[in-house]
This record gives sequence, C-alpha cells and structure tokens, in this order.
Amino acid sequence: MKFAILINEGPYQHQATDTAFLFCKAALAKGHEIRRVFFYHDGVNNSSSLTEPPQDDRNIVQRWSKLAEEHKLDLVVCVAAALRRGIKDENLAPGFRISGLGQLVEAGIEADRLVTFGD
Amino acid sequence: MLHIVNKSPLERNALDSCLSAAQGGALLLTEDAVYAATRGNAAAGKITAAMAGMKVYVLGPDLDARGMTDRLLEGVTSVDYGGFVDLVAEYPTNQSWL
Amino acid sequence: MSEGTIKKFMFVNRKAPYGTIYALESLEVVLISAAFDQDVSLVFMDDGVFQLKKGQQTKGIENKNFSPTYRALDGYDIEKLYVDQESLAARGLTEDDLLVDVTVMSRAEMGKLMETMDVVLSF
Repeated sequence: MKFAILINEGPYQHQATDTAFLFCKAALAKGHEIRRVFFYHDGVNNSSSLTEPPQDDRNIVQRWSKLAEEHKLDLVVCVAAALRRGIKDENLAPGFRISGLGQLVEAGIEADRLVTFGD
Repeated sequence: MLHIVNKSPLERNALDSCLSAAQGGALLLTEDAVYAATRGNAAAGKITAAMAGMKVYVLGPDLDARGMTDRLLEGVTSVDYGGFVDLVAEYPTNQSWL
Repeated sequence: MSEGTIKKFMFVNRKAPYGTIYALESLEVVLISAAFDQDVSLVFMDDGVFQLKKGQQTKGIENKNFSPTYRALDGYDIEKLYVDQESLAARGLTEDDLLVDVTVMSRAEMGKLMETMDVVLSF
C-alpha cells in the first residue's frame, strides 16, 4: 500500500515527528511504500542542517536523511512555510527538497492513505 | 474510519470532539492521549462508553514511555507502530484530531 | 498519474485564527488544492468556527487579516463549507455572525460526512 505522510510540527518541541518517523519505519518494514513525506507548518524545521542536538539525544534531522537514503524517500519541505522560518537550500539537510504545496495535494491524490502528524 | 487522537483529554478537547462526531470504526490513542485509556483518569469513563460503538487502541510504546502500562483500561488493545500501520491500512479513511 | 483522479478531500479546521498560524497555512493548502480539480470540503468545528467570524480587524496586532479569503473561495470553485452547530452555540455565535455562506450541521451529521471522504487533513 502507498502511504503519504504530513508532518506539521518541528523536531524536539513536539512528539509528532518522532511518531511519524517510527510509523514510516514500521510501514517500510511491512513492505509498504512511503510515497512522500511532506513537511508543513513548523514541520519544515525537521529539515534544517543547522540542527545540533546533544550527543546523548536522537538526531531527528539526520535520522530522516538516513531513512530517505536507505529507502529513496521523497522528503518535501513546503517552500512558503520554509522561507517564513528561515529554511533555504543552503541549510537544507541531505535527502530533503523544497517544493510547493501542490506536492502535498498530489501526494494525497496518489497515495492510498494520507496520515497527518501534528499538534 | 480510523480516528487518531494525540492529546491528553484533560488538557484539550480533541478526544471529546472526536467521540461526539465518530460514527463507529476505530479510535487510536497516541502520545499524550494514551492517558485517557488508563484506570482512574477522569476521561476513562468516556473511553469505556466509546467501546460500545468502536474499537479502541493505544500505542503501547507511548504508554510504556509514560509509566502507565499497568493501568491500561480493560478492553483497550495495545498496539506497536506496526499495529498502527495495520490500522491505517485496514480503514479506508483516517483522521488525526489535532 | 494523478491526472483524472478525483478524490474527496476534507480540510478540518479546529483552531482559532491569529493565536497560531494553523488557520492561515491551512487556507493556503485549500487554495492550492483548487488547482487540482478535486472534490474539496472545508469543515469548521471547535475554535475553528472563529476563523469565519465577521468583523476581524488585525491592524492592531500587525498581522495580515486573511478572513476575506474565505469569501473568495467560491471563485476557486470551493463551495462546500460546513460548520458545526454545537461549536457555534458553545461560543455564543450564530450563522449570522459568519462572513461567508455555510452549511450548518450537527456533530453527528459532521461525523457521517467525514466517513464519506477519501482524504482528511486536519490543521
């Protein structure tokens, strides 16, 4: 089955992105396809390469980049939401790309299920 | 459909709104919403009542993280992230009550 | 691939405007969705009904007043706006307080409508 994921909250502040990540991992382990992960609202902050958590904490940004590399995931960051919050190509972590909101609607059309994670 | 709630019932009204709109199906409690399905919580009665019309699940890892696993209400099914995925696949539509 | 596919999209708005950005950014998705020729419904319940309150004046808080955009939605062929009766009543509002034509329905009717959707997005 094809899933699309919408993430509306940033890393560390809210558990939403953790839950979304663990959901994606479990879905992939079951042989499902993640059609696209779309980052919106403060969720765009999940893509900042400037993020530096303490050594003993999970690295949420790198974790997404790694999952994207391993499974060829399409991690899309909303351009309007990103620019509002200071996310640009120059501080975009590997595996993410910045694009328009149409990518979210398209993912909703193409996927069998869309699941929203937020606050 | 599958209803997903992630808010503590004592802090926000997401659970109340969800339960008053839901027409059967399933309810999955995640993150801070898992407190709703624990014995002694003021919202526990609502969950018990809801079970008459819908299946109720909690995300087990969230319950574990909060030290509430041994207080899970009878009749509520604990699932892991794989179970979460299965629920989303099982129901054609889902809604997160943010 | 998405060409020709028409799905029923529902945008559920349960948050008040200005206090957080959710209402504004939700509206931005709704406007984009119009370009995809989908079957779009908007639901306003809980504090989301405040998004449609007449007379919003945002100059004093130096925020953009985006409420006129709701009136422009029919120009994008987005005409299905549903408001939860119970939420209005709990906030001292009636349909006359709203800045756009909507269909007011009960909580149970709202729940039934949700069941008929393909994609539900909540903000």
